[in-house]
Amino acid sequence: MTIHQLSVFIENKSGTLLQVLQSLKEANIQIIASTIADTQEYGIYRIICSQPAKAYLLLKEDGINVVLSEVFAIELDNYPGRAAQAIQLFSSSGISINYMYSFLLHGKGILVFRTNDSEKTREVIANNHLSFVEEEQLNEIAE
Amino acid sequence: MNYDSPYLHPDKEALSREELEALQLQRLQKTVKHCMNSPFYKKRFEEMGLKPEDIKTLDDVRKLPFTTKQDLRDTYPFGIASVPLSECVRLHSSSGTTGNPTVILHTQKDLDEWANAVARCLWMVGLRPDDVFQNSSGYGMFTGGLGFQYGAERLGMLTVPAAAGNTLRQIKFITDFGTTALHAVPSYVTRLYEVMHEKGIDPRKDTKLRVLAIGAEPHSEEQRQRIEQMLGVKAYNSFGMSEMCGPGVAFECKEQNGLHFWEDYYIVEIVNPDTLEPVPDGEIGELVLTTLNREAMPLIRYRTRDLTRVLGRTCPCGRNHVRLDRMRGRSDDMIVLRGVNIFPIQIEKILMQYPELGSNYLITLTTDDDNDNMTVEVEIAEFADDYGMLQNLTKQVTRALKDEILLTPHVKLVPKGSLPVSEGKAVRVVDKRKVYQ
Ligand SMILES: [Zn+2]
Repeated sequence: MTIHQLSVFIENKSGTLLQVLQSLKEANIQIIASTIADTQEYGIYRIICSQPAKAYLLLKEDGINVVLSEVFAIELDNYPGRAAQAIQLFSSSGISINYMYSFLLHGKGILVFRTNDSEKTREVIANNHLSFVEEEQLNEIAE
Repeated sequence: MNYDSPYLHPDKEALSREELEALQLQRLQKTVKHCMNSPFYKKRFEEMGLKPEDIKTLDDVRKLPFTTKQDLRDTYPFGIASVPLSECVRLHSSSGTTGNPTVILHTQKDLDEWANAVARCLWMVGLRPDDVFQNSSGYGMFTGGLGFQYGAERLGMLTVPAAAGNTLRQIKFITDFGTTALHAVPSYVTRLYEVMHEKGIDPRKDTKLRVLAIGAEPHSEEQRQRIEQMLGVKAYNSFGMSEMCGPGVAFECKEQNGLHFWEDYYIVEIVNPDTLEPVPDGEIGELVLTTLNREAMPLIRYRTRDLTRVLGRTCPCGRNHVRLDRMRGRSDDMIVLRGVNIFPIQIEKILMQYPELGSNYLITLTTDDDNDNMTVEVEIAEFADDYGMLQNLTKQVTRALKDEILLTPHVKLVPKGSLPVSEGKAVRVVDKRKVYQ
């Protein structure tokens, strides 16, 4: 139901981004999805990748501000309004979404998100039989 | 050597105030007489109609002229020396960012006394010949290198001249050689810790470190405590300046309540920097030092530009050598922004109160639309993927800084490792303001 995500604190002007990408490349880690959220001064670079635990230790050793956390990843059929439908399920249960991004996997849309209430989110996903992504699937495609 | 004695030099360290002042007067008279061999002082004394015999009491030191850094520059390189160059064995020179550099000369006896003074400081904080002392300080012209090297050897410790930089090698030395004591500038100590942390080394468990000597750059009590907690050590403040040999001028005792200035080596005055009149004990003023046992280059009433105050003239440790507060920073370091006087150390003190923040910071002064502004960039140590937390932290730090310096700085969180790390003194202030004529 959840997969690992790396979050890196970056400065808008600096070469942190390049440093992160370089480190991951050298360790042969593949980035599957990523997104940058920024304010005027700094940003958080969120990454879904193969071997996230290894990537985390690697970046930490390079002295980079990084945290490893779990985010929800659900799989949605590709037709208009499908994402809205899913979000509706959460909001009607009083869950608010902190952030969200998406990527494509085998022609299906994957919605990655974090909410303010992980327990409730799990229940909603289970009760509505939403299909979700497991981390092994991500490692497979990265191979 | 009696390991249990709290003093390395009991005949000097344990004197009563009266005995100490009698020794000072005797040495001052000798010094003034010796200064007549210096072309610079001879001329100056003669211009003032001053004779060595005029120094009859310790208070007569006030009859003597001040010496400034500019005097050292103007007499560059050898104009102040009181002995022929053939009697000198060492020269230290400080780089001059403005004008001539300055030169300090030493005879062999000066070097011996310097080593004795540093050894006394290190003994005072509990170091003994069975300790292993690693000197992670720049060598060469920077006096923290050779000064601590000779002092630690004089005490009898196994001394590792690790010098500055190459952090991984420093850590290897610490673990392989069983280093128990280390000297470095505070900003480099935090760098050492960060790298240890990244490499999975816990200094409390994996090293034998127990005593740190930190100095050469102003640091706050908060930063000292942070260093002590991080490394599981006692960290003692060291004060030195190249004009007075280097390290060994003053050091904290185990009480950690001010630095003992060695009054058998120096006459210590605190004066109002504008009127040059002495200020009462407890009031902040400029530190003025007169050397009492230098051969090659005695300095009379040298204006250090350091601001501090007298905390006391006695101490529970048994030493009656004057205790001065940690330096407020050089009067040259003071920032004047929109008419407000600010010391970088005030800003550091606030930043150190937040565990989420790292120890590296940079203050930049700029002129934007004819307004002078301050930006404080600080590295974050711990980070959570949470904008609310980051914004909150920025807000809190800004408010705390405003309460301290009475101006609202622009606080900017930056990633770990993005501010320049220097292996010597850290650069804390960059002034990019327009200068109006
Ligand atoms: Zn004391």
